[in-house]
Amino acid sequence: MPSYRELLNQVKAEIEEIDAAAAAQLLDSDEPPALLDIREQDEVDQGIIPGAVHIPRGFLESRSAATLPDTDRQVVVYCAGGARSAFAAKTLEELGYEHVVSLAGGYTDWKRNGLPTEVPKALGAEQRQRYSRHLLIPEVGEAGQLKLLESRILLIGAGGLGSPSSLYLAAAGVGTLGIVDDDEVDATNLQRQIVHSTDRLGEPKAESAKRTLQALNPDVEVKVYQERLTSENVDRILDEGWDVIVDGADNFPTRYLLNDASVWHKIPVVHGSIFRFEGQVTVFKPFEGPCYRCLFPQPPPPELAPSCAEGGVLGVLPGIIGSLQASEALKLALGIGDSLAGRLLLFDALAGSFSEVKLRRDPDCPVCGEHPTITEYVDYVEFCQGNRAHV
Amino acid sequence: MSLVRIPPTLRAETGGAREVPAEGGTVRELLDDLTARFPALNGQLQYANVYVNGEDVRTLDGEDTPVDDDTTVILLPAMAGGV
Repeated sequence: MPSYRELLNQVKAEIEEIDAAAAAQLLDSDEPPALLDIREQDEVDQGIIPGAVHIPRGFLESRSAATLPDTDRQVVVYCAGGARSAFAAKTLEELGYEHVVSLAGGYTDWKRNGLPTEVPKALGAEQRQRYSRHLLIPEVGEAGQLKLLESRILLIGAGGLGSPSSLYLAAAGVGTLGIVDDDEVDATNLQRQIVHSTDRLGEPKAESAKRTLQALNPDVEVKVYQERLTSENVDRILDEGWDVIVDGADNFPTRYLLNDASVWHKIPVVHGSIFRFEGQVTVFKPFEGPCYRCLFPQPPPPELAPSCAEGGVLGVLPGIIGSLQASEALKLALGIGDSLAGRLLLFDALAGSFSEVKLRRDPDCPVCGEHPTITEYVDYVEFCQGNRAHV
Repeated sequence: MSLVRIPPTLRAETGGAREVPAEGGTVRELLDDLTARFPALNGQLQYANVYVNGEDVRTLDGEDTPVDDDTTVILLPAMAGGV
C-alpha cells in the first residue's frame, strides 16, 4: 500500500500545477479561470483569494456541478498548501472538468507572495442555523443571505399590510427595517394587525412593531419613524438609503406622496391595497416600469372616494396581500425572479381566485413621463377627515 | 353580452353584484349600458381604469376597443388601502 507521501507524489505527477505568480496572471487575463477554494469553513473564514468560490473538499463530488456548471472552463483549485488541491484536481478531472490546475503552495504561498486576499463576509454559526432553510435554496444561499442582512427596507405603515410583511422580512433577516407610522395600537386593530398584541393597546404602533420584530430576530435593526409621511419629512426619511419600500398606507394622500417621492429618489415600491375580501399587489420600479400615477394620474375627488366607514376587511386578507408584498420585497432585495413590475395581481378571497392585468408606463405620466407636469410634492386633502380608518 | 367585473369599492352601486352583464360592441357602449342599468355608477366610471382581457384600454383603442361575449372586462378604480 502506498504511503500518503507516495500517493500525493503520484497524484501530483498526474495533474497540472501552477505557481502563485502564474495563477495571478491567469486570473487577471481577459478570460479568467474559475477559482475554487476547497478548504474547510474555518480556514476560509480567515481569508480567501478574491473571487474564489468555496466547496469543502468533502463535498467536491456532490456540489461541483451546481457551483461550477461549465466543465469546459479552466478551474484553478487551491487549498492551504497545495496537497488537498492536488487530490481535488484529480477528482475534478474524473468528474469531467477539461482543464484543471492546482495552485502549488496553495493559499499560504499566494499570501506570502503579497498577492491580494480578503476576509470573506460570512454568516456566524447561529446565523447558519437560523437561515439554514434559505441557505439550502440555490437562489438565496450564503451570498443571498448576506445580501439580505445588508438590505434596508422601509415599511410605510405598521398596520394590516405592514404586520405580515414586517414579520416575514424580519424573520428573513433583512438587516435594517424602517417603520413609518404615527398611529397607536387600538382594540379594533387586533383582528388583523398581528405584529401587535393585546398588551400593547395604546402603544405607538412603530414601537410595538419594533419590539415584536426584534424579539423574532435580533439580527434586525428596526428604525422607528413615529410620524406620518408628509411633504415635509418624506425627503429626510427616503434619503436614508433604502433598497425597497413596502407601501401599506391607508390613504390616498400618502400613496401619491410616496409615489412621487419614490420616483424622484429612484426607490422601487411594493404596493399593496385591500378592501373587504379583495386585494391588489404590484411593484412600481421607477423609470423601468409604470408608477402609481401611470395607473391613476390623480386621486379621485374626495366625494367619490369610498367612505372609510363602509369599508371593513376580512382579517386574513392583509395577511395574504402583505405576505405577497414581503415576497416581492425579498425578490427585489436579492435580485432574483420576475417582479410584479408591470403587472397588477388581484386576489379575491371570496372567489378564491387570483387574476392579473398588465400595467404599462404612460409616456404622458405627470411624474415619470417624458414631460412631467408634477415636479414638487402635492399635499392632497385627507379623505376621511376625523374618521380615518387604520390600515 | 359581456360580463364586467365590478370592483369591491363600486359594489354598493351595483346592488352588491361582483359581476354584471352589459351589452355593447365597444367599451364605450358597454359602459353606457352599465350606467343605464346602474345609474348610481354615473360619474364614477371615469375614475376607473378599464381592462379588456388583462390589457388597459388606454393602451388599446380606448373606449373604442371592441368587446364581444368572450371578453373579460375588469373595472379598476384606485383603492387607497381601505382599512
